[in-house]
Amino acid sequence: MNNVYLYILIMCAVTFVIRVLPMTLIRRKITNTFIRSFLYYIPYVTLAVMTFPAIMNATQSPVAGIVAMVIGIALAFMGAKLFLVTVACCVSVFIIEFIMFPPQFITNLLFV
Amino acid sequence: MITKTCQNILYVLTRFLCFDIIIICSEQFPSYNSFSERMLDIMNYVGSKNTKGQRSSFSSHRKVFLLGMRDGLPIGLGYLAVSFSLGVAAGNAGLTWFQGMIFSLFMNASAGENAGFIIIGSNASYLEAILMTVVANARYLLMSCNLSQRFSKETPLYQRMILGFDLTDELFGITIARDGDIDPFYTYGAMVSSMPFWAVGTALGIVMGNILPLRLVSALSVALYGMFIAVIIPPAKKDKIVGVCIIFSFAASYAATVIPFFAGISESVRIIVLTVIISAAAALIFPKKDSEEDKCRE
Repeated sequence: MNNVYLYILIMCAVTFVIRVLPMTLIRRKITNTFIRSFLYYIPYVTLAVMTFPAIMNATQSPVAGIVAMVIGIALAFMGAKLFLVTVACCVSVFIIEFIMFPPQFITNLLFV
Repeated sequence: MITKTCQNILYVLTRFLCFDIIIICSEQFPSYNSFSERMLDIMNYVGSKNTKGQRSSFSSHRKVFLLGMRDGLPIGLGYLAVSFSLGVAAGNAGLTWFQGMIFSLFMNASAGENAGFIIIGSNASYLEAILMTVVANARYLLMSCNLSQRFSKETPLYQRMILGFDLTDELFGITIARDGDIDPFYTYGAMVSSMPFWAVGTALGIVMGNILPLRLVSALSVALYGMFIAVIIPPAKKDKIVGVCIIFSFAASYAATVIPFFAGISESVRIIVLTVIISAAAALIFPKKDSEEDKCRE
């Protein structure tokens, strides 16, 4: 097992360098279209890659994750703000998993 | 030394009191729109002890600093919610609340920290950790480049470094929203009132993630992804190419976990490779012009 604190140190140091280096070194505008476009697309692509299929493994059942993602995308597309999208995702997972794995006391009520 | 400090504190406190009394006695209630505006006036009054020349620059820094604190507070409250869900993810990856808090305090990046949890959770190599951080935080490179154009020539190196330390999406947004050259003190104020929330939220998320019942943790675990979705979908609506990139990224990411040859690759390497390839391809096929990009950033 590698040291967690060493991971933290390395990653924080790298992040700091990324944030500070351009600000301190670059004194003129970047004109290269490829680099500008590359940097422009990166955040969207990396967040998309991180979201799917990881969202399926975050929940107890993959189905709940997919449904949450579809609901989130639909809401965000319709113009919902960040907070609403996030809450809607959580609530939909909760409801779906509640139906799929009902708590003990409810199953007892149903099948007694 | 200590008595001197006490004297100063007392002096400031009495000045605060005097200010209130003067306001009340004079019956000329200034119409303050907010608490922070009132604080500004109080601070100016308190600061009037100093000689004229010193005061003008000092108190203007303080004014801007307090303004930044005001604007940073709502950001901080937003951070609390975001970092809470980040904390749940950190708990799943096996971090203690202290490790999570330290990580948040020094990293200040949601995507970057999530990448970090993937690395720590899978016990990946340190080289992977470096590459993953670079890719996940590459957008800060762009923001930092952007900010580099806005500093006045006199801004010293250490001030640029402090500002860069907490260059998040939100703080970048409010920093560039101000006219003229960047005033680092405004951003410092916003940092002071928002950074603690980020760290505390992460710690809370880790602690609560262990206490809360499994079905609640399961529901909270998707909060982070919900936020990612909320960040990437609105720009996709404005810029169809971004939308195509996102759909392609979803598909490629899923394919890479299913196709036997790629499925063996660790999650972090997969994210790095896919991000670099897809972004580079998009940049080659659909290069962005300056003006287009600015329009999308609005």
